[in-house]
Amino acid sequence: MLLTVRDLRVKYGNVEALHGVNLSVKEGEIVAILGANGAGKSTTLLAVSGIVRSAGGAIEFGGKLLHKLKAHEIVREGVIQVPEGRRIFNTLTVEENLALGSFVRNDAARVAKTREWIYELFPILKERSDQLGGTLSGGEQQMLAIARGLMAEPKILLLDEPSLGLAPLLVKAIFRTLEQINRAGVTIVLVEQNARAALKLAHRGYILEVGNIVLEDSAPALLANPEVRKAYLGG
Amino acid sequence: MEEFFQQLTNGLAVGSIYALIALGYTMVYGVLKLINFAHGDLFTIGAYLGMTLLASFALHETIGPFLGLIVLALMVMGLVAILGAIVERTAYRPLRESPRLSAVVSALGASIFLQNAVMLIYGARFQVYPEDLIPETSIDLFGLYIPVVRILVLFVSLALMAALFIFIQKTRIGTAIRAAAIDQDAARLMGIDVNRVILLVFLIGPALGGAAGLLVGLQYGQINFTMGWTYGMKAFTAAILGGIGNIPGAMLGGLILGVIEALGSAYISIAWKDAIAFFVLILILIVRPTGLLGERVADKI
Repeated sequence: MLLTVRDLRVKYGNVEALHGVNLSVKEGEIVAILGANGAGKSTTLLAVSGIVRSAGGAIEFGGKLLHKLKAHEIVREGVIQVPEGRRIFNTLTVEENLALGSFVRNDAARVAKTREWIYELFPILKERSDQLGGTLSGGEQQMLAIARGLMAEPKILLLDEPSLGLAPLLVKAIFRTLEQINRAGVTIVLVEQNARAALKLAHRGYILEVGNIVLEDSAPALLANPEVRKAYLGG
Repeated sequence: MEEFFQQLTNGLAVGSIYALIALGYTMVYGVLKLINFAHGDLFTIGAYLGMTLLASFALHETIGPFLGLIVLALMVMGLVAILGAIVERTAYRPLRESPRLSAVVSALGASIFLQNAVMLIYGARFQVYPEDLIPETSIDLFGLYIPVVRILVLFVSLALMAALFIFIQKTRIGTAIRAAAIDQDAARLMGIDVNRVILLVFLIGPALGGAAGLLVGLQYGQINFTMGWTYGMKAFTAAILGGIGNIPGAMLGGLILGVIEALGSAYISIAWKDAIAFFVLILILIVRPTGLLGERVADKI
């Protein structure tokens, strides 16, 4: 296993948001985490990235205990998050945003290669490289957020709602790119409300309900599961 | 016309000092959204340390006035920077997760503590810098006689500001500081150690403030333990004028404020100097509430 989350608990003040979440991700996989609003999907990712502290349990990645590390140290392990709402740096240029993505890397030659690859994946970003991040359209901002994540040369990419607020065609384009990224060897964990799109892309999925994992299965099985269809796929 | 240019250069010199101090306010505000009320007092300490170091080492006599002043400035900046980092560690970091108001009160406490410490160590009277440090002559610039010290103040401040600007805009660490000012959690997700960014900001800001204190001592020769209050107030105004959190804004705001003050006191009335400065601030804030260079790029959903 590349990433193992065991009995993860997270508290916001006195309220427990995660009551012992277990999940695991193999190298090369795309794993979807599905669930309603407030089920704890984002909290799970934020805990893996060390942005929220865990109140119990363990997060293990490639032999390292992530829950003992600080957020910026976790990035150095190759665990990269593309956060919900994109969180790009609005008043910095596209180029500067990308440069920040590679903040932890020192190998200039390889960084340049990554940048070339990113501009192949998202040609529009090359055209916009001198523009301020905040002047991009919503779809372009999402592309920038993913591209910025890739600049860190992730071993695992955690994406929180990449389809949020995007037109269906754009969602398709973004998900196709995620497939390409995965084929290039990046393991992906995908948190999504758009369950259908996520399960079509993913190999496996977890269903999260009010802070607990209630179901785990392969993506095709989840797509066929009547309960999942009823609750998350609109019948 | 001669009078106008004299006032203009004088205003620029004073304004560049405001700008140096304003940078400390604006950088800390940018990253922590906190007004470091102790900053004015760090400026005061810069002025006093400059005096003490001048008196105890007399570097200008041993290694020459030019090199002596450079070494002196570096020593003052380094010491005030360390003090700034200590203030951050003791007064602000323990309250990082507390409500904003607690940090504000702590900042005021740190300010009072430092101000009183200076008073207890050096006394409440005005202190004077050694004389004949800088020749009291004027230099002929295109028919305009400008005192050497004014040129020195302008040159040193502008050089420091240019260095800071290049550092912030062009270097990797500078970009990290800007990123942390925009969104701390997003910066963490880039692998930036935000605590170190904050520490760095509390080294750079006070270093510049300390240099400003030294320049005031050199220019006016007289210093007092309350000088941080008046200069701090003006510099804070300059930071807001330029757009708080915005680094070029603080530089521009300082220079504009200095010039307005100088011209206002020359052509309207010196008694109204401060009133004019604040009047202009109010006017600008009515027209541009974010300050001259305040950022207003809309968030897109």
